[in-house]
Amino acid sequence: MSDEKMRAENEKKSGEKVSDYKSERLVGIVLVSHSAQVAASVAELAQGLAGGDTAVPVAAAGGTEAGGLGTSAELIAAAAASVDRGAGVAVLTDLGSAVLTVKALLAEGDELPDSTSLVDAPFVEGTVAAVVTAATGADLAAVEAAAAEAYTYRKV
Amino acid sequence: MLDADFFRRWMTATTAAVDREAERLTALDSPIGDADHGSNLQRGFTAVTAAVEKEAPQTPGALLMLAGRQLISTVGGASGPLYGTLLRRTGKALGDAGEVSEDQFTQALRAGVDAVMALGGAAPGDKTMIDALVPAVDALGDGFAAARAAAEEGALATTPLQARKGRASYLGERSIGHQDPGATSSALLIAGLAEANGE
Repeated sequence: MSDEKMRAENEKKSGEKVSDYKSERLVGIVLVSHSAQVAASVAELAQGLAGGDTAVPVAAAGGTEAGGLGTSAELIAAAAASVDRGAGVAVLTDLGSAVLTVKALLAEGDELPDSTSLVDAPFVEGTVAAVVTAATGADLAAVEAAAAEAYTYRKV
Repeated sequence: MLDADFFRRWMTATTAAVDREAERLTALDSPIGDADHGSNLQRGFTAVTAAVEKEAPQTPGALLMLAGRQLISTVGGASGPLYGTLLRRTGKALGDAGEVSEDQFTQALRAGVDAVMALGGAAPGDKTMIDALVPAVDALGDGFAAARAAAEEGALATTPLQARKGRASYLGERSIGHQDPGATSSALLIAGLAEANGE
């Protein structure tokens, strides 16, 4: 079943209709970490906190292709392509080469789907905010804003 | 005039220098980095040489664009997108001319260095590759050998600096007293120009 069909089914079942200005297509989320385990675990965490059966496409691009710590342009490009539903792709990163590789790929122009955006947000908290927001059908700008807002949440 | 073969020799010379110096680059990266600079660049430039041999680009611009793409794809550390951007932006600035003058190359390399500064947010004095590349570009008007000397001097001059970018910046004052690995590899890249020119 396509994401759109699944979404329509869910809306029928719940009797709720997401507000009209929101898109039927969900923003995709890509998580780039130096570690494959960190990227995959943060994806799992965010999806779990978003309600488990969320239809938001989330892909992890962690570590190098050889399985070590680092950043892989190929894994990032593949992850972004895999979550692109036409509503844009939000990319969250940890640090250093993860940030620089995404920026370099964006500068290339044709390596990442149209409307791919590097989101300036804390990795874990920002990802949870992004996935939960994307699940409502919010557009890319709203997903980015929600993720960035996670910076303002003070813990003490 | 500099043709595609000059730039192919540049990449070959740099690959050989990185192979030769890989252990030293990684050793410099051990106290202030994550001890992978030599092996990362070795992997990257090996891929560059292989791709350049296989695809044999016919213009300087196309050759540097291809080389930069390989570095972004294969290095796996921050030096990949940084050196990749340097070569790609330089290549882009050279356009599709079959041959370029040394002046044109100097202008293009300056555009490449500017793009690296924009990407990483580093300025001269931050203890990064910029500290070798900016003096090298400034000296390039006096020839490749002058650029090589300026880059080597710039790399040595990073030792007393405190790192303000990248992983080394977390060390604060403890980064002082170590030569920056990125500036050191940048000096190898610039030395490759002189070597490609038979100097």
